[in-house]
Amino acid sequence: MNDYRSRFRHFAAVECAFFSMILAAAPVNAALAENGVAPLNYFLHSYGPAATPTMYLGWIFVALLAVIFVIIALLLTGAVFRKRSAEDPCTIGREDEGMPWIYIGTGVSACILFALAIYALVTLNVIAKPTRAPALTLTVTGYDWWWKIEYEDDDPTRRFVTANEIHIPVGVPVLVKLKSADVIHAFWVPMLAGKTQMIPGLNNQQWLQADAEGIYRGQCTQYCGVQHAHMGFEVVAQNPAEFQKWQDAQRKSAAMVSTIDINAGKKLFLDRCSGCHTIRGTEAVGAHAPDLTHLKSRRLIAAGLLTNTSEHLVKWITHAQDIKPGARMPSMMLTATEISALSAFLSTLN
Amino acid sequence: MAEAMQLDQALPVGSAGKRSGGWWGVLVLIVTEGSLFGYLLFSYFYLASQTEQHWPPDGLPSLVMPGLNTLILLASSVFVWASERCIQRRQMRWSLASMTLALTLGICFVVIQLREWSIKTYTMTSNLYGSLYFTITGFHMLHVIVGLIILLMLLLWIALGYFDERRYAAVTIGGLYWHFVDVVWLFVFATLFLSPYLY
Amino acid sequence: MTDVVQSSPDLSLRRVPEIGSAPIGSAAEIRLAQLWESAPGWRGWLSTVDHKAIGLRYLVTAFIFLLMGGIEALIMRLQLARPDQVLLTPEQYSQLFTMHGVTMIFLYSLPILSGFSNYLWPLMLGSRDMAFPRLNALSYWIFLFAGIFLYASFPLGEAPNAGWFNYVPFAGLEYNTGPNIDVYALGMVLLGISTTVGSVNFVVTLFRMRAPGMSINRVPILVWGTLTASVANIFAIPSVSLAFFLLWLDRQIGTHFFDVVNGGKPLLWQHLFWMFGHPWVYAVVLPAMGIVSDALPTFCRRPLVGYSAVALSTMATMLLGFGVWIHHMFAAGLPTLALSFFGAASMVISIPSAVAVFAWIATIWLGRPVFNTPFLFFAGFVILFVIGGLSGVMTAAVPLDFQLNETYFVVAHLHYVLLGINVFPVVGGIYYWFPKFFGRMMNETLGKWSFWVMFIGFNLGFFPMHLAGLLGMPRRIYTYAPNMGWNAVNMVTSVGSFIFAAGILIFLVNILISLKRGALATPNPWDAPTLEWAVASPPPAYNFAVIPFVASRHPLWEGRLDEGGGRSSLEQGYLLMEGREAIGTTPLDAEPDIILKMPDDSYAPFFLGLFSALAFAGLLLHWRDFTVLMAVACSLSLMAWMWPRKALVQRVADSKYNKGAAHG
Ligand code: HEA
Ligand code: HEA
Ligand code: HEC
Ligand code: CUA
Ligand SMILES: [Cu+2]
Repeated sequence: MNDYRSRFRHFAAVECAFFSMILAAAPVNAALAENGVAPLNYFLHSYGPAATPTMYLGWIFVALLAVIFVIIALLLTGAVFRKRSAEDPCTIGREDEGMPWIYIGTGVSACILFALAIYALVTLNVIAKPTRAPALTLTVTGYDWWWKIEYEDDDPTRRFVTANEIHIPVGVPVLVKLKSADVIHAFWVPMLAGKTQMIPGLNNQQWLQADAEGIYRGQCTQYCGVQHAHMGFEVVAQNPAEFQKWQDAQRKSAAMVSTIDINAGKKLFLDRCSGCHTIRGTEAVGAHAPDLTHLKSRRLIAAGLLTNTSEHLVKWITHAQDIKPGARMPSMMLTATEISALSAFLSTLN
Repeated sequence: MAEAMQLDQALPVGSAGKRSGGWWGVLVLIVTEGSLFGYLLFSYFYLASQTEQHWPPDGLPSLVMPGLNTLILLASSVFVWASERCIQRRQMRWSLASMTLALTLGICFVVIQLREWSIKTYTMTSNLYGSLYFTITGFHMLHVIVGLIILLMLLLWIALGYFDERRYAAVTIGGLYWHFVDVVWLFVFATLFLSPYLY
Repeated sequence: MTDVVQSSPDLSLRRVPEIGSAPIGSAAEIRLAQLWESAPGWRGWLSTVDHKAIGLRYLVTAFIFLLMGGIEALIMRLQLARPDQVLLTPEQYSQLFTMHGVTMIFLYSLPILSGFSNYLWPLMLGSRDMAFPRLNALSYWIFLFAGIFLYASFPLGEAPNAGWFNYVPFAGLEYNTGPNIDVYALGMVLLGISTTVGSVNFVVTLFRMRAPGMSINRVPILVWGTLTASVANIFAIPSVSLAFFLLWLDRQIGTHFFDVVNGGKPLLWQHLFWMFGHPWVYAVVLPAMGIVSDALPTFCRRPLVGYSAVALSTMATMLLGFGVWIHHMFAAGLPTLALSFFGAASMVISIPSAVAVFAWIATIWLGRPVFNTPFLFFAGFVILFVIGGLSGVMTAAVPLDFQLNETYFVVAHLHYVLLGINVFPVVGGIYYWFPKFFGRMMNETLGKWSFWVMFIGFNLGFFPMHLAGLLGMPRRIYTYAPNMGWNAVNMVTSVGSFIFAAGILIFLVNILISLKRGALATPNPWDAPTLEWAVASPPPAYNFAVIPFVASRHPLWEGRLDEGGGRSSLEQGYLLMEGREAIGTTPLDAEPDIILKMPDDSYAPFFLGLFSALAFAGLLLHWRDFTVLMAVACSLSLMAWMWPRKALVQRVADSKYNKGAAHG
């Protein structure tokens, strides 16, 4: 039996490994994130009052639960390796002892759980509503597999629509109304707030606020079909002046430059693309796809999948189904001249 | 405890009333079927409370026929109970008569319910209310039909003289099921016909 | 009283059971064997209603499903090992994770526990069979056919593809036009029948089929676990069956329950699904926790600490488990007040778990552990349960769950609890009861290897999933970009998964080797306390030659454990052999109440199961006439089932009986 016991030491070793894994979790997490990667890492980074209290909550929970884990692991290891007086293996221990273990263990656990529950509820109330009235309201509608964004305004002429890229001014709460055009999606900008489902027929909403300028990645988190993986977006938090500039630019219709090439491209677009896409200021008013009026102003295309370069645009238009299999945009069959005309036209959409 | 236990007493053999496995089995079956109806009615109340539609779309339901039908079903339960009592008292003829009456009343319920279905202006697919109405009453109808088949078998067995006052477990068990079908109807009735009057 | 005895007493209605003994080889024993053994060959194989045969079938079938689900998972892990892989198409990936979840949750985790309980219950309770042996057979056959049904469309590339919780409207006809979801919906209704029938059987068995003296406070914890799970199933299964049935109506008939355009509500699905789903996750662990509570003490050489507390905590967990379903819907936009309530309730549910955890630790602490393979699995289980439970507490904190929901953190949680509390005890349980099942011991060296490889592989594979979740990796994505910071964690997870699979493989090899060459097992090789170890390994068809009288919780340790009270009597007891007979006892005190006539073997369950599965197939394929035909065939099988039962109506031929006797 002693032989077994020595082998069982491994058990303790593995437990220690766990313990270090948990403690290592935070630094590893940090190391990954500091390199500029892990754009969804909410555990170490948060930039607004809708997310920061939750981040602290997460830290306290992880720390406390890690301690609990370690205590229990030590108790278990102790229970296994505790020295025992040699006894006849046939004897059987008494049944009625050991109850204090349960009383004390459960009692202490219950107190900790009570405290944790209170802390969680307090945090929930803190993040449930912004302290000030939202300065900006937008409606985000989930589509398979992209996002339509409508900026609201009391004056209907000042409303505008864009896609896959949300701009917000820093330091103010923003109310986001959530809708779905087809199935359930979920809106999530982890560094700014938690997620909320977008359920057809239901008017959900949430709020978020960015206290630092920057670009925050968002992602759909409810399984919504084959391209659920590639249903991302970005939130660009700007200082109020830049935001105002951006808004003014977005409100304008597309500026129409006219050269032979561009006109050919425009005609092509109206023929082939306008059934789905809108370009304000042209006859293209399709409603099934992202608004392309200010396409070139966006950083990414195809719901966060590609950077918005000319090559990527061409590649996307001609090979959408290879890049994002199942996407609701067909791979367009275009000749080289058509491509260059279309590119010329699209490059005017800024 | 072993020594306190009486091990040498005579025990009934086989299927003896509420000691039989069947009685226990049907009891548990009823619990699960009861939950099924619970979830159905939950769905009804959930959708009714969430809907923006006019509810019920055709206005408040008429209570006359469904009310009458409820009474018929309850009466039928009473006669099943009476039939069992008669067996206990060795009044086999009365038992037979009572069971026949119960069966007839059950069939009346089905006929009236079928007529109720046929005069509705909506169907299962015309709107949300229709889907709920026909699914809930349809589920219940299915149970009534199973119950009627059971009653028919009991009737047959009583007629063939299979039971006496010591052994009639099948009647107890079958009756239990029939009472369940009736009690569930009360909930269905209250939900579909009475609750719209409350709001 | 006198007139009873004078003329021929009506033995078919009432008798005093004979007390005696029936040692192996005695005339009585041979007669019992004749009565209870199934016919040899395929006839017996198809018609048997022996709970031991059915239990083993459940175990083997469910384990095969574990392997299938596991292979699906390994394929997923290959795809996810590195970013931007193109091994699988998105559609293939969605069918893989859905079938993986469906297989593991529905076709593996509960059926495997039903297997244990089916095999062990009558042996632990001192009974000759379950309350309804034929229903038991039916429950197995329907399970098997429902499993085949759910898998039938997989090779065609039309398997369920909306995740195991199958949210509408994605699962509705508009967005999912193929047969995929219909297969899932019908398959689940069919499987629901099997589970319900099985649960009814367990509940009635517990209340009626215990040996005299096996009062409710003496039954093993596994029995408590399965009883609790079965009662929960009785209440919860209708919810999911109804949900899937309504979905099927929506898809095939055109009703509007979930149809947004016509006022239907997608949230109704979420409610119905999780009102079932949460109780279910406890249903698939409580019996497994029972396995540990019963088997761990054997290796600690002492009884479980706090038997009553653990039994009560089992029930408390389940009771609370019905009140927390909203914690799967924290992100659905429900009112904050509701979230607070359900979040707090989800934390409270940890308290009964704490009771169990401390009871196990105390049992080890106060005992003198013997480090056999099963012990390693059970001790390992405790630590995995704690990790899985603690991550559950994190998701129960509502604001935190707004972040964790639908990320790999939840995937990590569910694997720690499902593998930690289900797979580890199950594998440990197989090591423990293998000698009882097959009369041979399993190999210890391979056993230790399998444990360590599984344990290390599991933690290597699944612990990093927590990190992936904290790094924001959503679940159900078929691939990811290299710049998300998820490359390392995913690679480690994939490697760990394969190491874990290797551990399972070692376990399988061990089974195959031990079946052939394992050392022969005595009836009680581990010196365990409970009744199943009182019979031969493997047990005879009739289980107990005489129905034992039980006087304590640990009948086989009585001599060494001074529990007070009398001594159990295992050699002397009721000799019931007028046909297949068993004793029915009162629900709480287990006093003898009735002599039950047990049914003979029958093909009816097999055919009823087969025809009902075919009827469902007809529904799926819209073969109207075929469906009707199969429904008729079902009725015929039912009649065949009931036919010989005419005896149960028990008409009294000529009335010679005691008027004073209480009638039944
Ligand atoms: C298999 C069984 C199982 C078990 C036992 C549990 C146990 C628990 N689960 Fe889990 N859960 C699942 C299976 C299970 N779960 C599955 C499959 C899902 C995902 C479904 C899906 O989305 O696909 C899920 C998802 C899930 C969610 C939803 C997450 C989300 O989707 O966003 C939540 C939220 O509250 C949750 C909570 C809990 C809690 C609080 C427990 C508690 O019961 C845990 C209690 C145990 C302990 C806490 C450890 C022991 C106690 C101590 C050692 C005492 C000391 C402790 C303290 C003081 C804290 N679970
Ligand atoms: C009991 C339940 C259970 C079990 C045991 C497992 C086991 C495993 N699971 Fe799974 N899992 C779930 C329940 C379970 N899972 C659920 C409910 C989901 C959610 C589904 C959903 O989102 O809808 C999920 C989701 C899920 C995902 C997330 C998918 C996604 O969201 O995109 C992943 C990803 O890594 C995964 C991986 C694994 C792995 C690697 C194993 C490994 O443990 C598997 C180990 C391998 C084996 C057990 C097989 C061994 C095989 C051999 C040794 C070969 C021998 C072969 C022959 C002899 C023929 N699982
Ligand atoms: C059948 C409908 C359809 C047609 C026709 C169509 N598109 Fe699209 N397009 C879409 C959809 C849907 C998306 C969103 C795809 C996604 O991200 O999943 C999209 C996305 C795009 C995007 C990326 C927008 C962004 O901000 O992410 C561009 C650019 C684009 N389309 C250009 C074109 C051009 C140019 C044509 C014609 C040559 C065209 N589309 C034709 C449906 C269509
Ligand atoms: Cu949209 Cu996932
Ligand atoms: Cu849950």
